[in-house]
Order: sequence, then structure tokens, then C-alpha cells
Amino acid sequence: MMQWLPENVSTFGGEIDSLFYFIYYLTGTVLVLVTVITIIFLILYRHRAGRRAVYCHGNTTIEITWTVIPTIILLILSFVSASTWAKIKVNAPPSDFEVKVTGKQFNWEIVYPGPDKKFGTPDDLKVDNDMHVPVNKVIRIRLSSQDVIHSFFLPNLRVKQDAIPGREILVWFEAIKTGKYELPCAELCGFGHSGMVGWLYVDTPEDYAKWVQQVRG
Amino acid sequence: MSDAGAVAHEDHGHHAEIGFWRTYIFSTDHKMIGRQFLFLGLVMLFLGGFLAMLMRWQLAWPETAVPGMGWVAEPTMYEGIIPPQTYNMLFTMHATIMIFFVVMPIMVGCFGNFLIPLMIGTRDMAFPVLNMLSFWVGAIAGVLMIASFFVPGGAAASGWTAYATLSAKAIYTGVGWGQNLWVISLFVLGFSSLMGSINYITTIVNMRAPGMTYFRMPLVIWSLFITAILLLLALPVLTAALAMLGFDRMLGTSFFLPEGGGDPLLWQHLFWFFGHPEVYILVLPAMGVTSEVLSTFSRKPVFGYRAMAYSMIAIAFLSWIVWGHHMFISGMNPLLGTAFMMTTMVIAIPSAIKTFNWMGTLWGGSIRFTTPMLFGVGFLSAFVVGGLSGIFMASTPVDIFIHDTYFIVAHFHYVVAGIIFALFAAVYYWFPKMFGRVLNETWGKIHFFLTYIFFNLAFFPMHFLGVGGHMRRIYNPLQYEFIAPMQSWNVFITISAFLLVLSQIPFLINFVHGLFAVKNAGDNPWEANTLEWSAPSPPPHGNFVDSPVVYRGAYEYSSPEVTEDFLPQDRELAPGSTAGSGQ
Repeated sequence: MMQWLPENVSTFGGEIDSLFYFIYYLTGTVLVLVTVITIIFLILYRHRAGRRAVYCHGNTTIEITWTVIPTIILLILSFVSASTWAKIKVNAPPSDFEVKVTGKQFNWEIVYPGPDKKFGTPDDLKVDNDMHVPVNKVIRIRLSSQDVIHSFFLPNLRVKQDAIPGREILVWFEAIKTGKYELPCAELCGFGHSGMVGWLYVDTPEDYAKWVQQVRG
Repeated sequence: MSDAGAVAHEDHGHHAEIGFWRTYIFSTDHKMIGRQFLFLGLVMLFLGGFLAMLMRWQLAWPETAVPGMGWVAEPTMYEGIIPPQTYNMLFTMHATIMIFFVVMPIMVGCFGNFLIPLMIGTRDMAFPVLNMLSFWVGAIAGVLMIASFFVPGGAAASGWTAYATLSAKAIYTGVGWGQNLWVISLFVLGFSSLMGSINYITTIVNMRAPGMTYFRMPLVIWSLFITAILLLLALPVLTAALAMLGFDRMLGTSFFLPEGGGDPLLWQHLFWFFGHPEVYILVLPAMGVTSEVLSTFSRKPVFGYRAMAYSMIAIAFLSWIVWGHHMFISGMNPLLGTAFMMTTMVIAIPSAIKTFNWMGTLWGGSIRFTTPMLFGVGFLSAFVVGGLSGIFMASTPVDIFIHDTYFIVAHFHYVVAGIIFALFAAVYYWFPKMFGRVLNETWGKIHFFLTYIFFNLAFFPMHFLGVGGHMRRIYNPLQYEFIAPMQSWNVFITISAFLLVLSQIPFLINFVHGLFAVKNAGDNPWEANTLEWSAPSPPPHGNFVDSPVVYRGAYEYSSPEVTEDFLPQDRELAPGSTAGSGQ
């Protein structure tokens, strides 16, 4: 199933993927063990004439063991997950590159603050669906919605965040590879939900500057 | 004995005099109400399954005409082609029907009603008229839900989770009265559940047979008891939230609309505060059923009976503090996400304990592979997959990627659609008691193996799609460059899903035949211990010939005190025996 994860091109995506693989191997092992043991029991303890089932109500030692072991494993997993989560969602790094993204049925409206770095001024740059960002730079997105809940999903950057009407939510990422990546909406937003998709272009700084000039005409 | 039998027979005769309407329609007999819930649930199961098939057709062969559906009028379909609006309606109504009108009526409504009085050894529910009302209020809710298909604009299309603001304003979906009826139907259904749960709790607390202590109760009764408490506490939260949503839609309030000062996330908090206990409302009875059949057909006591009861209690408590794991990427404060991850990891522990105890029950048994046993093992197998896949999304960073993808769809189908295995286990196991006949075992086994194979072929590959990033609730996967290459899996899943539905034909034939064929079950066809098996099959009005007295726990199989391998709860052993001290 591993080859199905799309290519990761963000700084924190690798950590998410490592956690995914860790849980994958952990649960995969448990699944195989439980299944094999169950099948062995079903074969070994099938009804045969003359054999009576063991009269047994349980075993405290075994029950404590199989309570404590999963508890320890799950606690470790919680702490590892919590630190990655904090890195991605709680401690966003500073950046001078901010973009406003607003979901609206059924487009992504993308606004760059322009040379004055302020939103709501005449030099703002507004585009629909096609978002360009420079590579190797922290991008901070102010995410919102005009109408219903949308979800800003960049599969290749391991970014997903719901866009909520009436709130502005901070999303950040740093792309480590140039290219063109799909930007679908991941939350049901109405009859046009399917097909609400934009593109993220991760450019070299030169290409990015070229694109800005081109759009400004 | 013969005198008592004659009295019981007279009772039965008296019962018949109350006429067709009071016997079959407005019955206050818990067994008839249980059967009514069963038929309601089975009819809705086929409707819910049919909606899923239309959905699967669209996903495999997008925007092509569904064979045989050309007669459906526009704008629902265009010469058999499903438009996006209808697709959204299909998955919304599929989930709503399966959860509220299939699993709840059958697992809670049918088996709760049928089993509680019989298994705790009493004549009926504490409040028989309330019980009848509970069914009929539920049936009205069902009629309202079905009616929503036929109003202009079609049925609800904002997902079964009805996230505001999409659900709160008609202009966002184009659905008017369909969504209103959805709200009203579930609001009404809330009262049905409330009446049922009050009845279950009162009956279990007050009406247990002499000797039936709490820790001698069968685990399925424990599960229904805990489910009833969860229902009593969780459903009113949904009912209140639905009222607020209805007000937003119809009276112009703004509970969930930011332009009026409301908050869309408030809906999610209320919905999931109900919604997560709801998952356990659905799955706890399935766990109870599994414990019954695994013990009975392994001819062995349940391994760790008390741990099984306590872990269900633990699940019930913890289910109130995990709702935020549905909202990790909703915009809720990320620190809350961390807290909800911790509680979610903790709730995995009692689920793991239950799984290990089921395996412990199989260990050293003398296993009879009857149809209910196969379905019980089938539930165990599906629950293990669903439980383990839950760990992926419990880990908040991993959830960022898999949230709202088919990985989630795979996960909750293994848990909630996996309940179908316990549901069939229960139907095959208790059918002899409900209708007086053991269902055909050969057809039952064919039904099991086909269902098990195609269930896994239909739902397991959804994990692969989810890991590839395939979003749920999208109408046409080919609209996305990164999803389109996985399309062959969608075709594979759809074909498997069709075959899963066709696999239910043996059941349907077996079930209908069983209803009308000669009653041959006898009182205790499975040689089981619990009290319902000491009543006649089917039990008359008032259930028991003699009021049972309980001497021991529910799972004294292969006890050294008797030569046969079962020892019913109500069998009195010779004085001086220590049998009375069983747990």
C-alpha cells in the first residue's frame, strides 16, 4: 500500500509519512498476528467427537498483559504524534510571504498583497484557482470561506485545512521541489464540489517573479 | 408443568382474541414490536443498499446511464445519468438510512426489544404502551424520510453529517424541503429512541428475574443496557442541534450562520458530541451479540466476562470525550486536537481488550461452525480491521492527509457496515426463537462466505484509494489528475459491491422461507444457557411458562458439574451442589 502515497514535496510531509509508515507496520503486524492466531484457534479447537471444551473463565495475568502492552504502545504513539502535530499546526514559522485564500462555491480565490505587503490595497494581486509560490520559502496562507465550508487540500504537500466562513485560519507550508500540484477541495461544498480544483505552481524564485510580472501585465 | 403449560396456552388464546390490529400492528408485546423493528430495518437495508449501488455505478463509470434507470424523471436523473446534485443526495441518504433506519432499528430496536425481557426473565417491557409508541413514532420518522425523496429539489444532499453552513441555507445546496424533512424526521426519531431507551433502562434495572444479578446478565444485555444509557444522553443533543438547524433554515435564526453572528463549528461540536457516542450505540450491541455466539458455539465461558462488561462501560464513558477527533482539521484550536488524540488512543484500549477476550473465548473451545458462529467470527475479523485503521486517523498528523479521503470511508465501513455480520449472526441465532424455525444452514453458510468475501473485496481497496489521496464525496474521480490513474480500483470496488448485494439473495430466500415453513426449532436448538431458550419458540404472550429463577452466570458451557456441555442459567442442580456460585 506504500507506493500509493503521492510524492511528498513539503518540509514536514516526511514526518507525516514516517508516522504513517510506523502505524502501517504496527497495525499490519497486529492484523496478521490476530488473524493468524484466530485461524489457528478455529482449526485447532474445532469440534471433534469426544473432546470437551476447556472450562475456563479467564486469566488475570494474561488479561493485564494484553491491556498494558497496547496502552504503552498507544501512549508512545500519542507523544510522537503530538510533537509532529505541534510543529505543523501550533508553531507556524514566521514568514514575509502571505497569501489570502478564500473558498467560494466552487473556486479558490487567491489574493497576493502586492509590493506593499498589505491586503486590501490597490496593488493586491487576485487570481482564481492558480496559485504560484516560490520554492524553499515558508508560505503563510490566511484561509477563509465566503459561503460554505471548503477544505484546502494539497495532497503532495500533506496539507489539509478546512476553510470556515466567518473565520480566518492560518495554514503554512514550505515546498521543497518545483512543479505543478493539484489543489482540490476536500469538504463537500455543494453540487459543484466535485471538480472544484485549483493548481499550486511551485516555481523557482526567478520563475515566480516572471509570473508576477506577467499577471500584472 | 402441564398445568402451567395449559395456563400459558390459555394466555396465548386470550392474546389471539385481541384481534389482528392489536396483535400485529398496534401490538404492545415486546416480541411483536421487536419483529416490527426487524422488518422496518430489513426493508430500509435494501433501500440503503440500492442507493449505494447507484453511487458505485457513478464512481466506476462516471456520467454514463445506469441500466434500467432511464424511467427516473429529470432533474433526478437524465435518461439514467446521475447528475452531481443527485449523487450528493445518494450518499447523504445512504448513510442516513443505514445508520438511523437500519442498524439502529435492527440492533437496538429489534434485538433490544426482543431480547431484554426474554434474557432477563420477565414477561414484557416495563412500559409496553410506550414501547409501541416508540416503534410507531420511529415509523413516522421513516415515512417522513422517504417522503423527502419526492419533494421538489429532492432529498437532503449535504452529507449525513449535514455540516453548516451548507445545510443551513437552501441556496447552498438547492435543496429546500428535502433537507427540512430530513431535520424533522431525525427530530421525530429522537423521541422514538428516547422512549425506547427509557424503557430498556427501567426494564433492566427493575425487572430482572430472581437471581439475575447484574454480573450474571448476558453480555448482549449489558451491551443493550449501556447502549440505552448512551441513547438517552446522546440523542437529545442531536435533537436540540436539529431544532437549531431547523430554525436557521425555516425561521431565519443564525445559530450556525456567521453573517448573523453564529458559528458553523458549533454544529460540528454538537453533531459529533452526539455522533461519537452514536457510533458506540451502533457497535456495542454488535459486540454483545458476538460475545453470545462466540461463547455458545465454542461451548466455552466468555473469556474475562467482567473485563468484557467493564470495557463496554469504559467505552461508553470515553465515547463522550473523543468527539473532537472528527474535527482535527476543522479549524478547532489545534491544542484541543492534541487532547482529543490522547482520549482517542485511550478508547482503543477497551476495544483491544474485547478483541483479545473473544480470541480467548475461542481458545480451547469445541467450536461448532454454525451460520451464526461464522457471522460472529466475521464481525470479529471486520472489527479488527476497522479498529486498527482507526489508529491512523487518531494520530493527528496522519489525519491531516487521510481526513476526508476514502481511507475514512474504508474505516467506518469496516466498523459500521461490519455490524452487518453481527446483525446476521443475531438474525440466524435468534430466528428460531423469534419465528420458531432454524434457518437453513447450507444456505446460511453460502450467504456467509459470499458476504464475507465481497465485503472485503468492496471495502478493503478503499484504503488504497484513501492513501492515494482520493477524496470522499466526489462525484467524478476522473476530474482529478492524481486520482484518475486509480480508477481501475473504483471499478473493482463497484463490481465487488454489486456482488455483495447479490450475495444477500440466499438470505432473503432463507428468511422468507423460514417465516412460513413448519416450525421445528424446539425450545433450545443451540443448546444455549441464557433464559430465552427456556421459553417456548416462539414464546407466547407473557414469555415464560414458569417464571424463571436464575442460579448462575450466562456462560456455564462445558461445566464439570454436568455431563452435557451446557448448563442453563435457570436449571436448579441437586442440593449440596456448588453450582449456584457460578459468576
